Amino acid sequence: MKDTQMTNAKISTKGVQVHYADTHAIKDVSVEIADKTVTAFIGPSGCGKSTFLRCINRMNDTIDSCRVTGDIRIEGEDIYDVKVDPVQLRAKVGMVFQKPNPFPKSIYDNVAYGPKIHGLARNKAELDEIVEKSLRKAALWNEAKDRLLSPGTGLSGGQQQRLCIARAIATAPEILLMDEPCSALDPIATAQVEELIDELQKSFSVVIVTHSMQQAARVSQKTAFFHLGNLVEYGDTDKIFTNPEDPRTESYISGRIG
Amino acid sequence: MSVSLILALGLGVLGYVIAPRRAVAAAGGDARKLAALPRQYGLNTLLAVLVPSFAILIAGSLAGAGLYLGWAILIVAFIGFAGSLFNITPDYRARTHAESWIKLILIAASVIAILTTVGIVFSMVFEARNFFSQYDWKDFFLSAEWSPNFRGNSSLGILPLLWGTLYISFIALIFAVPIGLFAAIYLSEYSSRRMRSIAKPAIEILAGIPTIVYGLFALVTVGPFLRDYFAAPMGFGDSASSVMTAGLVMGVMLIPFVSSLSDDIINAVPQTMRDGSLGLGATKSETIRQVVIPAALPGIVGAILLAASRAIGETMIVVLGAGAAARLSLNPFEAMTTVTVKIVSQLTGDTDFASPETLVAFALGMTLFVITLCLNVLALMIVRKYREQYE
Repeated sequence: MKDTQMTNAKISTKGVQVHYADTHAIKDVSVEIADKTVTAFIGPSGCGKSTFLRCINRMNDTIDSCRVTGDIRIEGEDIYDVKVDPVQLRAKVGMVFQKPNPFPKSIYDNVAYGPKIHGLARNKAELDEIVEKSLRKAALWNEAKDRLLSPGTGLSGGQQQRLCIARAIATAPEILLMDEPCSALDPIATAQVEELIDELQKSFSVVIVTHSMQQAARVSQKTAFFHLGNLVEYGDTDKIFTNPEDPRTESYISGRIG
Repeated sequence: MSVSLILALGLGVLGYVIAPRRAVAAAGGDARKLAALPRQYGLNTLLAVLVPSFAILIAGSLAGAGLYLGWAILIVAFIGFAGSLFNITPDYRARTHAESWIKLILIAASVIAILTTVGIVFSMVFEARNFFSQYDWKDFFLSAEWSPNFRGNSSLGILPLLWGTLYISFIALIFAVPIGLFAAIYLSEYSSRRMRSIAKPAIEILAGIPTIVYGLFALVTVGPFLRDYFAAPMGFGDSASSVMTAGLVMGVMLIPFVSSLSDDIINAVPQTMRDGSLGLGATKSETIRQVVIPAALPGIVGAILLAASRAIGETMIVVLGAGAAARLSLNPFEAMTTVTVKIVSQLTGDTDFASPETLVAFALGMTLFVITLCLNVLALMIVRKYREQYE
C-alpha cells in the first residue's frame, strides 16, 4: 500500500533547524509524514537523522545545549507551541531507543508504567488487559505470560527490545518513533522486530531511524535520506532505492559514501 | 635491626641494578633473546629480597624475637638476592615471577585489614568477658540506672545510654536523610553543570569540619537558641544541652555523607533509563521517583547506613550538645548522653583495668559494635529484597 499523495500527513515539518551549542545539526528540514505508514530515516552516522527524530517528541528538550527552531506539526498542531506540554506530547508520540532499556522492574510493571502514569486504566483488571494487549501486539506475550513478575532485565536482548516496544504501545500513542531499534540485536531478533513493525503499521504511524539500508528497504514505504544535516531526498522507498534523484543518495545507496 | 633493614634495602636496590645486566649477559648481549624485559629481572630480584625480609620483620616482631631478628632479616634477604640472581637464564620468566610477588603484596594488604578487624573484635570480647564475670549481665542489659561509683557498688545499666544513643541518632537521621537525599536529587537531576560544580564541593566542605567544631556550634549557638525559642516557651525545660541540639547538629554533619554518596549513585543510573521514562510521557519527578530512585536504592541505603553508623559512633557533638547525664526520657529538650560518651568518661582519668567500672567500657563498645553490625545486615537484607538491578 503505497501512499504517494501526502493528503493525510500526520506529521509535517517546515524549515526545522537544530543547533547543539556551536554545531548546526539539522539544516532546514521539511517533510510530511503520512499516517499508518512506516517512514525510514537513513544516512551516514552524524547526519542528524536521530536528532531530527528526537524533535518529533521533543526529547531534545532534555539536552541543555540543544535549540530547535522551525515548525513541527502533528495533525496540524504546532508541538513547539508554548501551550503544548511536552510530557503530554510524549504520551502521544511513543519512542523506542537504540539500546533496549527496560526499567529494572518486572515485565508487567514495565508495560504498566505508562498506563499507570497517564491513568489509562480504571482498575487492576483493565490494567491487566492493557498489559496483555500490548505484549500481544509486541509479539512477546507467549514468551512472557508465565513470567510477568520476573524482571524485564532478565530477558534476552531481542525480547527486551520487544518489551520496550510493548511499553511504548501501552500508552496508546498515535506515532511510534524508533531510533535504530535493531542495532543492538542479532539477525533473528532483528527479523522478529521487523515483522512487528509491519504489524504495527496498521495502527500507528511509525518513523524508524536505521543504519541498515536493507532494513529500510524491507520495512518502510517512505524513505528520507539525510546527509550532513540536510534532508537530501524524500520519497517512496522503492524509488529511493532503485532510481534516486540526487547523486548523493545514489552514492550512499551504492556504498560510495557513508 | 634497623641496620639489617637498611642492608636488606641496599641488597634489593643492588639486585635491581645487577639483575638486568646479568640477564643480558646470560643472553649473550642480546636482550631480545630473554623471556622478559631486562628491567623485569631487576624488579623480580628487588621484590624477592624485600618481600620476604618484610614478612620476617613483621612475623618476628609479633613473635618477639628481638635479638636474632636482625640476622634473620639479613639471611632471608641474602637468600632472596642470591637465589633470584642464580636463577637468571635467558628462559627464566622474570615477568611472571615478579607478578606473583606483586600479587603477594596485595594479598598481604587485604589480610592485614581483615586481621585488624578480627583483632579489635577479640580484644573487645575478652575484656567484655572479664566485665561480665564481675558484673551480672542482667543488671547490665536490663537495668535502667547508670550511676558508676569508683568506690565500688555501682549501677551500670546500659539502657539509658542506649536510649540516648538511639534517640539522638534518630533525630540526626530524620534531619539528615531527607535533606541530604533531596539535595542529591537536585544536584544530579535538576541543577545545571555550573551550579553542581559549585554546590557539590560546598556541601562536601561540611564533611571536612572536625566534629569538635560542630560540638562548639551546638554548645554556643544551637543549644541556647533551641532553649530560648522552643524549649522554654513551650515548657519543655530550660536545659541548653539537649537531645535535640545534639541531634540537629549531628544531622548537619551527616548531610554530606548522605548527599554526596547518593548523588554519585544517582548519577550512575544510566541516562537511557531516564530517556525511556521521559519518552513514555512521564514527568521529571515521576521519572525520578519511579525509575531513578528504585534503581539507585541499594546505594542510597548504603549511604544512609554509613550516616547511621557515624551517628551512633559520634562522641564530641554529644558531649558538647547533649551533655553527659544518663537519663531515660522522651522529652527531646532534656539533656541525655550516649554510649560513646560514657565509654570515654569511664576510661579517662586514673583507672585500673580490673574494676567493673572501667571494664564496662568494653561491654558498651561490644554492644555498639553488635548494633551496627545488625544494622548492616538488616540494610543488606532490605537492599537484596528491593533491589532493582539495571544492566
